[in-house]
Amino acid sequence: MPTRTINPFATNTPSPSLDAMNEKKDQPRRTSFSKVNKITSLFSGSPKAKNDAAALQAALIAQQRALLNSPSPQQINSSTLSLPTINLTTATGEKTPMEPKTLFQPPSPEEARRIARAHAQFGPIGSQSHRYISEFEGEFAEPIEDEPPYYFLLTTYISYLILIAFGHVRDFFGKRFRRQHYSHLKERDGYAPLNSDFDNFYTRRLKMRINDCFSRPTTGVPGRFITLLDRKSDDGNNTFKFLGTTTETLNMSSYNYLGFAQSEGPCADASELAIRKYGITMASPRSDAGTSDLTVEVEDLIAKFVGKPASMVFSMGFVTNATAFPTLVGKGCLLISDELNHSSIRFGARLSGAMIGMFKHNDMRDLERKLREAISQGQPRTHRPWKKILVAVEGLYSMEGTMCNLPALVELKKKYKFHLFVDEAHSVGAVGAKGRGVCDFFGIDPSEVDILMGTLTKSFGANGGYVAAEKSIIDKLRTQNAAMLFAESPTPPVLMQIASALRIITGDLIPGQGEERLQRLAFNSRYLRLGLKRLGFIVYGHDDSPIIPVMLYNPAKMPAFSHEMLKRKISVVVVGYPATPLVSSRARFCVSAAHTKEDLDRMLAACDQIGDLLQLKFSSGVAGGAEPSDNVYEEKEGLRESKVVKPPRWRLEDVLKRGVEDTKVPLR
Amino acid sequence: MDLNEAQGTIVRLFNDANTQFHKMPGSAIILRYIKSSYQNDPVRSAIELFLFLFAVRYLLAPSYSTQKKKHVELTEEEIDELVDDWTPEPLVAAPAQLQDSENEKRPIIVGPTGPKSKLSNGKTVTNLASYNVYNFVANETLKEKAIQTLRTYGVGPCGPPGFYGTQDVHMKTEADVAAHLGSPACIVYAQSFSTISSVIPSFSKRGDIIVADKAVNFSIRKGIQISRSTVRWFEHNDMEDLEKVLKKVTKEQAKKPLTRRFIITEGLFENVGDVVNLPKLIELKLRYKFRLILDETWSYGVLGRTGRGVTEAQNVDATEVDMIIGSLSGPLCAAGGFCAGTEEVVEHQRISSASYTYSAALPALLATTASETIAMLQEQPDILAGLRENIKSMWAQLDPRSDWIKCTSAVDNPVMLLVLKPETVASKNLSLQDQDQVLQEVVDECVANGVLITRLKSMPAALGAGLRDQGWQPQPALKVCVTSGLTKKETEKAGTVIRHAITKIITRRK
Repeated sequence: MPTRTINPFATNTPSPSLDAMNEKKDQPRRTSFSKVNKITSLFSGSPKAKNDAAALQAALIAQQRALLNSPSPQQINSSTLSLPTINLTTATGEKTPMEPKTLFQPPSPEEARRIARAHAQFGPIGSQSHRYISEFEGEFAEPIEDEPPYYFLLTTYISYLILIAFGHVRDFFGKRFRRQHYSHLKERDGYAPLNSDFDNFYTRRLKMRINDCFSRPTTGVPGRFITLLDRKSDDGNNTFKFLGTTTETLNMSSYNYLGFAQSEGPCADASELAIRKYGITMASPRSDAGTSDLTVEVEDLIAKFVGKPASMVFSMGFVTNATAFPTLVGKGCLLISDELNHSSIRFGARLSGAMIGMFKHNDMRDLERKLREAISQGQPRTHRPWKKILVAVEGLYSMEGTMCNLPALVELKKKYKFHLFVDEAHSVGAVGAKGRGVCDFFGIDPSEVDILMGTLTKSFGANGGYVAAEKSIIDKLRTQNAAMLFAESPTPPVLMQIASALRIITGDLIPGQGEERLQRLAFNSRYLRLGLKRLGFIVYGHDDSPIIPVMLYNPAKMPAFSHEMLKRKISVVVVGYPATPLVSSRARFCVSAAHTKEDLDRMLAACDQIGDLLQLKFSSGVAGGAEPSDNVYEEKEGLRESKVVKPPRWRLEDVLKRGVEDTKVPLR
Repeated sequence: MDLNEAQGTIVRLFNDANTQFHKMPGSAIILRYIKSSYQNDPVRSAIELFLFLFAVRYLLAPSYSTQKKKHVELTEEEIDELVDDWTPEPLVAAPAQLQDSENEKRPIIVGPTGPKSKLSNGKTVTNLASYNVYNFVANETLKEKAIQTLRTYGVGPCGPPGFYGTQDVHMKTEADVAAHLGSPACIVYAQSFSTISSVIPSFSKRGDIIVADKAVNFSIRKGIQISRSTVRWFEHNDMEDLEKVLKKVTKEQAKKPLTRRFIITEGLFENVGDVVNLPKLIELKLRYKFRLILDETWSYGVLGRTGRGVTEAQNVDATEVDMIIGSLSGPLCAAGGFCAGTEEVVEHQRISSASYTYSAALPALLATTASETIAMLQEQPDILAGLRENIKSMWAQLDPRSDWIKCTSAVDNPVMLLVLKPETVASKNLSLQDQDQVLQEVVDECVANGVLITRLKSMPAALGAGLRDQGWQPQPALKVCVTSGLTKKETEKAGTVIRHAITKIITRRK
């Protein structure tokens, strides 16, 4: 601990000016006030233990309340403002002016503000126990998808029927009495309507109702917290008016897995330097004069990171897929794609002109059947053998939270000689002990996969995408890929962000920080998932995935969930049809390394309340979250099946109490 | 014996059944009804019964296809054998020679790009290959503004616009572009190259009609391909041919239900460099009731007094064009693309345009840079005038003076495309590939003499596509991008170097 010069005003109690500051603030801040008391009383080392205990009790209650009442971050931070200086000299009472021992000095207001800002982007780790190494063990198990009672499925269908019926009734009268509102769906002086009435129905009559839950405008860094611009609509979500105010919310929505969305710290510093040194853009396609030494450096870094000989960067993730497929497959080739693959893969596949086959999501038996059929039957009509077969899967599926079954895919690949394309848009940086994606997670040599594609938007807080593969493949891409020839090249600040993020993850820069980020992400993902399961929610996906979809089913629960969360100052994403099957509307939480355990506890508390309010706790217990059992061995011996599964409905306190330790054992 | 016994049993059973039936209440009525309705004819009743049973069987039978089976039935062993037998092609074919050299020769710029750039081989060259036409890259004010944004927003927005990826700066950029163009609304995409490929399929669907210029760029072609609409091509920039095509389409479609119809063309053509005749185009589109999608990727920020593009240069109201697609990444030195149009056009894209909905938003610092550069163009139109001076000087060095090449670009286009004159091609008997080869040599020669220029890249053909599917291909050309970052003298000097290089390479070739 560094020794500082003595502060003559240092006392054990908060300084009066700061106290005055505290007084000015209003009601919910009482929480931080009592927290201050708690901390001061702890530090003062007063002999009145009874008093202390009472204060602690009060603080605990206040904290609990704070957890539920969504403390906004400024309020948390104001408590740091009123922290006292802790000085050994006064504590011991001895007068040793030569050797002052100041243990703790409160930061200056500017410094405190800076720290508060930094913490709003990336929360400090609360305890070293909040870490976990994301590693695959045992056998690949399909995550069990729990089903709600039939009542909920039935009401979901009925809800949609009512919505559709209402929509048609409104259309029927609207088209007769409010003609001007429907003119864009009709033929107008010889022009066909831009949107067909039928295609537009869903958007107009269903999505419009909950439009305020989508595209919420934000400002500032999408880090641990995200600042929303408040808006309201007077005309049924057709238009929005900005109120001019902002709300800082806990960010459970951005793909900021490793918490690199920061405006301060090594990445931002490096990006600033890049702007100063390289300018803002390269102003040219890669193949003309858009390749800089920085581009080459980043490509090398990425290649090394994912474990491939070469790589190539693009300025947009969507385009990476959209242009990579046409360079790899074409007429006479077969592309077999997982049914839940991202839109960009479909876009690229359609552009390529290859025949497209689909297999059921993550169903390896179905894939094998399709492969046997394809290879034995050859091309349709001509029955000529396929030139090549490319199987495209995603590492981590963004709506399901499931990971691809890479071990099985690699086995199949050996037998059926297809080429394998893994889209690591969400998995790179987010899974694996070293954050290197699904290959790292499953312990599979990256050379087993032909093409590793990924985006730089998510885990690295930058923008763009990459393709990593053998050198010959990358060389071909560099000459033939349309994005290389015609699209703008990635810009220097973005490239620098990627480079510094990669260096932090690998430990070249600030050793230890990358590891901390990875382990915190893994812990947070498992902690929140386990907590939600125990509270009784139906949660999809693999345990280690930072994407946690919580099933809502009824369409009306989407806006309700989103609004209730917003009331508690948490921003979440809700998705429904057509991004998901009609019945399984869901809320999706994206966990980040920037979240602290307290954030997740706050999230769990909010979910607990909303779950009761909206009747969302309907898991049957087959997917985990079981009550603690005294006899663990009994369960391991396969008696689980015979036992009647009890639906888990833990109390919040128990969830929070047991969460940390249980996160580190295989989740049940 | 047995037979008799059996017969007896059957008769007995029949009699029992008969008496049981008669005992049933109402059986007499049924019997009477059947007898009377079938006119007491047991044969007829039997046939009816048979038909009834057949109908039941038919309805219960599983459905089957009437088409001939294409599937060849194989046993598991046979399939295993076929699987073992099958050898797929490698994922990529062996590289062609020209491609290999392309990978080696691709210039790598060390440090910032600019009018004078340092290459990885240590040489400093005059850079006439990047679209940094106003030299905004070197602008310190822009850099400071970008750093400010970086310090407030970080780098990436970490999410698609639909899920908390829309930031206030994006909305500002959209408003700025719309105000600059004079159109009601605008939507900003994260990349300009993919903008139009995504705009076209979000409006034009299967069964709709697209009439497009033959020389449109690669991304428009891909957009058309994705849309699966019926496409008709018209001769490059030939308004008479366009009218012919429009007339024909209108006639063909007269009796069919009305579908959406679009004309798609570019402002300044990426592959040819010339400019569209917008007033005539608007006249035709209005007469034949087509909507116009105008790709201003290469003209926005370049043409017109304040860089508004073709609409400003040719005095056409931007609202006359249904969709204007432009780029913020070239001359504006930011990144991303946009589509401007009515509210309806813009809002529709927010939910149905693939590369907007399914892709992360533009980094905030690039959005603010775009806003800044747009403001600069509006406030200081001299910037554009300076560029035009330089373009004029470059033209003077190349087009009238060289015996071998001519410039196909419009006079205001900073991207000068130089193609070999038809005489040159004829006298030297050059195929398209030869021309590419010759021009690549010219590029190498220029770089050796300290001027970095580049070639127009041919559009990559789809894999496995035969020559038949090739379609229109641009004539190989040199690409010289003039910049106002150079003085008139420097521009002229660079022009001379290029001219000499062309002369040297072409005269050397037999």
